[in-house]
Amino acid sequence: MKNITLPLTNEDIAGLNEGDTVFLSGTLYTARDNTHMKLIKLLDAGEKTPFELDNASIYYMGPTPAPVGFVCGSAGPTTSARMDKFTPRLLSEGVKVMIGKGNRSEEVKQSIKDNDAVYFGTIGGAGAYLADKIKKMDCVAFPELGPEAVYKLYVVDFPVVVLNK
Amino acid sequence: MRKIDSKLIIDKLAQSLADINFTIDKGILGCFQQANVETKEKEFLNILVENAEIADAKKIALCQDTGIVVVFAKVGKDVSFDGDLRVIINEAVKKGYEENNLRKSVVADPLDRKNTGDNTPAIIHMELVDGDVFELAVMAKGGGSENVSVLEMMSPADGEQGIVDLVVNRIREKGANCCPPLILGIGVGGNFEKVAMISKKALFRELGQRNPNSRYAALEERILKEVNDLGIGVGGFGGKLTVMDVFIEASPCHIASMPVALNVGCHSTRHAVIKL
Repeated sequence: MKNITLPLTNEDIAGLNEGDTVFLSGTLYTARDNTHMKLIKLLDAGEKTPFELDNASIYYMGPTPAPVGFVCGSAGPTTSARMDKFTPRLLSEGVKVMIGKGNRSEEVKQSIKDNDAVYFGTIGGAGAYLADKIKKMDCVAFPELGPEAVYKLYVVDFPVVVLNK
Repeated sequence: MRKIDSKLIIDKLAQSLADINFTIDKGILGCFQQANVETKEKEFLNILVENAEIADAKKIALCQDTGIVVVFAKVGKDVSFDGDLRVIINEAVKKGYEENNLRKSVVADPLDRKNTGDNTPAIIHMELVDGDVFELAVMAKGGGSENVSVLEMMSPADGEQGIVDLVVNRIREKGANCCPPLILGIGVGGNFEKVAMISKKALFRELGQRNPNSRYAALEERILKEVNDLGIGVGGFGGKLTVMDVFIEASPCHIASMPVALNVGCHSTRHAVIKL
């Protein structure tokens, strides 16, 4: 069992092997399809993104609404492959960590290597279990997108498996 | 003529949508608990069991993708109710999703992609039948598993092997993306739209329920084995349990055709049947 604090350093990444189960603690930003499109548009226009991409950890997730008294609702990963189209660009802007479910394209795998980044899988469909690992959640951009807004999360012992590095 | 109160339909359907999103299917839970797999895969299954316990106890959705609602309505010609059944069903969806903190996952237009804000409209299929039956078979269908589904207009000569190849290759390529252990609904025959419809209806079967036709039952077992031999495993992290069950539904078709559709269900496959 390996516990790592985010943001990930190059030393942390060097110590990871594909297939390792790791528990992450620290800050994640959520982004799905619509958000990725918006981030790329902002970058193309030379404008500031709503969170600093350099060294960022992104979680492909859109939660259910938080019931009263809860930090967040159900919060499991969405399919990462839909983000493949945008990923090399974001990695070149410094994104270090991606968390989602399922396989990545060959192009993305190469880009992960070229940029010393990591793609972690977490367990799809375990939204209620993973919500328990989220200790803080704030909407930081695009609230009009509802579940696709950008949320800043603080997670503790969030379980992931190293899929590509 | 039997009259059904439309408010009763709304209340029952809204409650059912909450229940299926909070409480896992008993057959699926049993499969998680009894699966004979190696330690690492078992640990992931234990997480899914814990997930089901948390969801049920806290009334928080099993999965954040609480789905687009699919309803197969069977309405007897001797039944009446006030208003348009489509409007009634959508009222229930709105109520169920708003009152239970379920995610609104529907956009009004596939290109503009603006969220409708209340998870409507549902996908509704109506069937008019004899007598005074009123039945809603309802499913909350997630996007990840739906995206891995596929339809192919095969040739009669493709036969059983063609069906097996389509399904096994699809799951080999994309099975890790859609929350294994999966349930596979397979339609064979009919035509382009019919085959998709029966592949979705197949997902309503209970785990372990074989097609009554022995040829299709054997084909279900063959596909189950071949897909599990792929080694994708729980969560896509490698292992023996990629698919919990395979359900085939067949239908008469044109002499030139053998349509085949695969509709994928994830490990939270959520459905219920409401009879009023």
